[in-house]
Amino acid sequence: MSNEHAQQPDIGIYFKVWGLLFVLAGTSYCIAYFGVGQPLKAILLLALALGQAGLIVAVLMHLVWERVIVAYLMFVPPMLLASFLAICFTDGSYTNRTRESNYLAAPLPSAAPATAANPAVPH
Amino acid sequence: MSHSPPSSSAAPASGFASFVADLASDQRAFKGLSWPKTMMWVFLLGDIFVFSCFLIAYMNLRTAVQAPWPHPSEVFALNIGGKEIPLLLVAVMTLVLTSSCGTMSLAVAYGYGKNREKALQMLWISAALGLMFMAMQAFEWTKLIGEGVRPWVNGIGASQFGAFFFMITGFHGTHVTIGVILILVTASKVARGELDNGTRSSLTGRKQSYELVEILSLYWHFVDVVWVFLFAVFYLW
Repeated sequence: MSNEHAQQPDIGIYFKVWGLLFVLAGTSYCIAYFGVGQPLKAILLLALALGQAGLIVAVLMHLVWERVIVAYLMFVPPMLLASFLAICFTDGSYTNRTRESNYLAAPLPSAAPATAANPAVPH
Repeated sequence: MSHSPPSSSAAPASGFASFVADLASDQRAFKGLSWPKTMMWVFLLGDIFVFSCFLIAYMNLRTAVQAPWPHPSEVFALNIGGKEIPLLLVAVMTLVLTSSCGTMSLAVAYGYGKNREKALQMLWISAALGLMFMAMQAFEWTKLIGEGVRPWVNGIGASQFGAFFFMITGFHGTHVTIGVILILVTASKVARGELDNGTRSSLTGRKQSYELVEILSLYWHFVDVVWVFLFAVFYLW
């Protein structure tokens, strides 16, 4: 481990990863081109993007030949960011549903005063 | 590079134990690692946070917004021979940037193999592919601006589309531009043979080696990693 340059991989692995990146990018393009339905599309696209990013970071950036502490340095904070992304995704969906139920379904408060028969805010 | 091996002979060489040993080592962490390379990793971590801010804001807004989001496969379609081909330009941009990463990896491998000619050739090709990417992005921006897309309004859907598009792809494009400049600088160093005979850098005064090409490749590959996520969540989503 004291001399990481002694651990240069065989040059063939770069061509394999290069080809694999083309295949993964092409697959994501086809998913969008043929219009896969939304929940499945999002999952597939994210999985393919993570696969490509993983290949680039692990092999092309030589992370698997680095000391383990560098791998932790690059892996743990992005995982926290990913959980933050999930939280913000949930928050965005909540905002969307709130707008859906309060601003679109109901008439504008100025247009029709709220009565028991015609509440400005349903439920 | 000739680092002295870790002073404690009992330090484990791999696995989780090495991670713990590195963090718990006396005097300093990251012992025995090449610091220029480690600093590039730390810089990239900072860049990950910046791009994550953009993507988190984008995902949050895109799920919250009520107005229909412009359909990317129509917005980014190219008209070839009277036929609309969705996302053609973006797909070509992806191929170009990925190929640039492939040639950059080869440049690193040839550099460490002391094959100066081949390493130089690969660096020139990487820079040329990076320039091609920039040219295509300039074309894409020109096309969208010509169609009336602005950061505040676009006439094709949710008005925040332009703000996110120009901000995120612009920031990525800036990274590509800086990367191309760095590749050209490194290539000129390789061409002068400075990395072979360990000439001191005019900027830092430190002896240079082919590790410089590897550090450059870390940055360049990171730019491709960012593009992979932009391609997935912005263009294909």
